[in-house]
Amino acid sequence: MTQLLAALRKEWLLQSRAFAALLAVLVFGATALLLFSFAVGPNYDLLRGNAPGFLWLALLLSSTLTLAESFQAEMEHRALEGQLLLPATATAVYYAKALANWAQLTVLGIAMVPLMVALYDATMPRPLALLGIIALGAAGLSAPGTLYAAMTQQARSRQTLLPLLLFPLVVPVLIAAVKATSLLMLGDPMGQVWSWTLLLVAFDAIHWSLCGLLFGRVVED
Amino acid sequence: MPGAILASVARGRYDAGPMTNPDAIDARGLCRRYGRRWALVDVSFRVAAGTSVMVAGRNGSGKSTLLRIVSTAIRADRGTARVLGHDIRAERETVRRRTALLSHASYLYESLTALENLAIAARFLGREARRAALLPLLAEVELAERADDAVSTFSAGMRKRLALARTLLQEGGLVLLDEPYGELDPPGFRLVDRLFGTLRARGCAVLMATHLLERGAALCDEGIVLDGGRLRWQGPARDLPSLGGLDPATLPEGR
Repeated sequence: MTQLLAALRKEWLLQSRAFAALLAVLVFGATALLLFSFAVGPNYDLLRGNAPGFLWLALLLSSTLTLAESFQAEMEHRALEGQLLLPATATAVYYAKALANWAQLTVLGIAMVPLMVALYDATMPRPLALLGIIALGAAGLSAPGTLYAAMTQQARSRQTLLPLLLFPLVVPVLIAAVKATSLLMLGDPMGQVWSWTLLLVAFDAIHWSLCGLLFGRVVED
Repeated sequence: MPGAILASVARGRYDAGPMTNPDAIDARGLCRRYGRRWALVDVSFRVAAGTSVMVAGRNGSGKSTLLRIVSTAIRADRGTARVLGHDIRAERETVRRRTALLSHASYLYESLTALENLAIAARFLGREARRAALLPLLAEVELAERADDAVSTFSAGMRKRLALARTLLQEGGLVLLDEPYGELDPPGFRLVDRLFGTLRARGCAVLMATHLLERGAALCDEGIVLDGGRLRWQGPARDLPSLGGLDPATLPEGR
């Protein structure tokens, strides 16, 4: 627990100095949302119906920037190696990093909701439930995303490699999050939102456990 | 005997002999390759607890690789080593707890201040991370006035000083110094000499890779020379500068 707290404090310090980077990712996400609306055209029904999908696609695309960036400071002067030699446990380092990425993606997702409402004329009858879905979906992206970001950080073409590895894996998250968001925004007469939420919870539970175990093997020589 | 180190090893063979205290390092047949090139080939040596050894050799001779294997930063492809009695493969965590490495890489975060960088290391080590506890350490490397400045504003020499402070924070029984004089100014050289003395006074064993043969010879008990990844020579460090530097042609066969 001491190690996890130490790693979390380190992440907090690093994130507090990376506000500009987070802002840049938010602008990227907002731009993606705007471009999707141009692609559909001025059909409000179509825009409203596709809004949840576009929101999650924008978040998924933004996540690759956030995740790739999250290990840059660790690799710049081999800071990660330095921590492991102290020794910091790889598990603590992973969970702190994954939690920091989760927090960033959740904030990003929440910040994009008002934009989505404005651009797509969407409604938001259950904002707290939507917040929960965004948090669960962001957790589903950040757990494997953090692991893959660590794996690809040393690769020359890491900006390409990370999405190539991550996107196929998080298809269940994308489907479940889009479905749950659609049901929350467009109505849920059959009460299906819980089954999609459960799928998200199951995916998160599996990946947060598994990736924590695998991280040590990925970052150690 | 200045050579308190048990440097009776030559080319991979030696007699272990009876020991009361475990050696700081007991390496046997260490090999490491990067891709198809062998960076270290069958290197065996011993360093007695509390002694200091200089590792010399030309660029690419395997000095850094050797130090990184002993510190467990990377694995040996063949061979093994015991550090302070602990196996570097089976007891990696224990080895790490008792070893400090000053690497070529600074292990620092550019966006954080000198104090924050030290505090991160201190927290992982379970040590006091308050300002008052860390400032003396920064003062020791003459960086106290820049404690609250981001590392990104530091010169290469200042980064090296901060990396030295970070290394001192770990109170291990073995300290591995990879080119500690690199990027430092003459006062920095004297600082390293002084810190070297501090480490020896603590009872730490020191393995130091350096190109400064005369300086290293004055500080260390024993020396080893690597050439093309192989252990080429070992003996009293004071003999090394008189052997024609690191020219393989002038070095005698291993002893």
